[in-house]
Amino acid sequence: MKKKTYINGVGCISTQKTFDTVFLEEAAYNQNDTVLSIIKPDYKDFISPASSRRMAKGVKNGIVASALAMKDANTENVDMIISGTGMGCIEDSEKFLKNILDNNEEFLTPTSFIQSTHNTVGAQIALTLQCKGYNFTYVNGAISFESALLDAKMQIEEDEANTVLVGGIDENADYTLSLFKLAGFIKKEQDQPFNLLTETSPGVVYGEGASFFILENEKKENTYAEILDVEIINTLEENEVETQIVSFLKANQLQISDVDAVVLGFNGDATFDGYYKNLAENTFAQTPQLYYKHLSGEYNTASAFALWMASKIIKTQEIPEIVKVNQVEKPVYKTILLYNQYNGKNHSFTLLSK
Amino acid sequence: MKGVAITGMGILSSIGNSVEENFDSLRNEKLAITRIENITTVHADVIKVGEIKKTNQELIDELQLTADNNFSRTALIGTLAAKQAVENAGISSINEFRTGLISATSVGGMDMTEKHYYDYFTNPELIKYIGCHDGGDVAEKIANELGLKGMVTTISTACSSAANAIMLGARLIKNGKLDRVIVGGTDALAKFTINGFKTLMILSDGYNKPFDNNRKGLNLGEAAAFLVLESDEIVKKQNKKVLARVSGYGNANDAFHQTASSENGDGAFLAMKKAFEISGLKPSEIDYINVHGTATPNNDLSEGRAILRIYQDEKVPDFSSTKPFTGHTLAAAAAIEAVYSVLAIQNGIVYPNLNFETPMEEFDLQPQTTLKNKNIEHVLSNSFGFGGNCSTLIFSKD
Repeated sequence: MKKKTYINGVGCISTQKTFDTVFLEEAAYNQNDTVLSIIKPDYKDFISPASSRRMAKGVKNGIVASALAMKDANTENVDMIISGTGMGCIEDSEKFLKNILDNNEEFLTPTSFIQSTHNTVGAQIALTLQCKGYNFTYVNGAISFESALLDAKMQIEEDEANTVLVGGIDENADYTLSLFKLAGFIKKEQDQPFNLLTETSPGVVYGEGASFFILENEKKENTYAEILDVEIINTLEENEVETQIVSFLKANQLQISDVDAVVLGFNGDATFDGYYKNLAENTFAQTPQLYYKHLSGEYNTASAFALWMASKIIKTQEIPEIVKVNQVEKPVYKTILLYNQYNGKNHSFTLLSK
Repeated sequence: MKGVAITGMGILSSIGNSVEENFDSLRNEKLAITRIENITTVHADVIKVGEIKKTNQELIDELQLTADNNFSRTALIGTLAAKQAVENAGISSINEFRTGLISATSVGGMDMTEKHYYDYFTNPELIKYIGCHDGGDVAEKIANELGLKGMVTTISTACSSAANAIMLGARLIKNGKLDRVIVGGTDALAKFTINGFKTLMILSDGYNKPFDNNRKGLNLGEAAAFLVLESDEIVKKQNKKVLARVSGYGNANDAFHQTASSENGDGAFLAMKKAFEISGLKPSEIDYINVHGTATPNNDLSEGRAILRIYQDEKVPDFSSTKPFTGHTLAAAAAIEAVYSVLAIQNGIVYPNLNFETPMEEFDLQPQTTLKNKNIEHVLSNSFGFGGNCSTLIFSKD
């Protein structure tokens, strides 16, 4: 019998106040900026100033978010560390690349090269915790985090680990943001104010963040939710998503009407939000629908923010007004489905249960 | 345990653009470490690299891509290798079974980013390359070219990346999540990595000499290799030829330093130990170890000590590093060495550890320096990366 996977601790650094809070009570919907920045925690509570100086923002946020998750789960040790990051340590990549180009490949120091490796966050957490176990980093756009989640779930099912630290991290870096604006990935200033659910313009409002989770094979008093299943599919047409969801639910002995809330990855890109609108208007018309990228911004591992949000909802049984797409309510929030995609690619389905 | 079946392989490296060409070079001691031609760098007269001697345009023509394509070099060589692997496995309908692609890369599209970084704002024609920087874009393109629609993901754990991609693929099949997975890695040479390794002062100005007392560092290389893993159900149903099996795998973290390996190779030791546990094999059953052997002072000492810890009083099997042939191909290294491991099993050959002259003074370990013919049932292959990431794979005869 395969072991079950429980979320027993969460930690979230995001563009909202998501630490030292109960939930999203201090969240604010910024409709005017095209790029959202994280609300910084007090790093010195978690990292020595000497180490902190050498670390890029993403690494620091990863360390803090993982420490929060561990504290939340009352655990001091983990067996494995599995991370996802779409762009990796882009701040240090930028720094090293600029030094190469500006100085014609001379007078370089290795620090930013060393820290630019995609698995730096997972490695630094392992160093901090002295965790010698399995340590993987996934870098595949919008499903970077779900790859880590699926891997962690398999490790627990196969009894390879009791406790796994899993997270998604992405950081913003100035020059890369300017390139994303140039390429039209990010919305234009003149199109504001933004209303993600009714946007007619292309592009997204960009964000950053780090969300970590403690997954364990044991249900505890502080358990948030059980992860029933995770599925990743690279390519789906708009009209194939419903069929996919139905078969995904069926594989877990569930049907559409069993879903108590659906978390959709609306990012305000008029070109691809049809994937979600179809579901919202048809498949899940009678289901409470939630969205989150108006709070977190869109980034490769924004779906980790969604998992944080859904975990909190199952635990507190309350849905904050600010994340509601429709006004449908349910007496109990037992089963939550998360669906995300980016540019019609990298689709992920995550199923949580109370 | 029986292990997961390997039914196809594809490879491009400095020593050849197909499995056959690579094997021919290995067997005939034809290394390919040369001056760099495809990248303009101030270090061109100092460093030697393992370079695929084809321009991007030649690769584009081979893939018959349209002029408006935005393939990075990493994606170009990756797609060619993956196509070879799928063809070699005799797959005609890619989505017939639940098929996934697990790729690995460390530089991704950095070769394009570094070439055009400051020109994007003045040359609109280049803007298409902005979206090909990230690691996931490479897998995306390979999947597209293969017509593969299912699970696609990418692992990036520096120089152990492809080992981890093979590991994940094997686990996805064992877990019943997928029936067939194309696994491997790809990394093109880039100014970024050349300068990175240069600042770390671990690039050799000559030919890399793994496990030699006078080793001076590594030669960088570029390569791509993919393998097709299939479930036993498919193998049986389609009467597939099994080239070899992935019988063991392990990943562990050294938790010592971001770039250096610990003195006793804790991570390497734990990775090998785990791989033995999974495979159910004893260390004495390994016939050949394809070591990571980058020829940096630090790696070879740490890896050697870890191997001695595994073997204790037993005899260490024949071992060699193939990096003198190809250079260190970073995220692709474990994938090309997986292909070499399978070829070693199929042909009963231990490859020579070229350039070796003087044994290391720290221990009594001597690599196999000449081509050796013998029956090989099991090969152990190590790959270690930055961030203390240590991986071991064991390949076995079907």
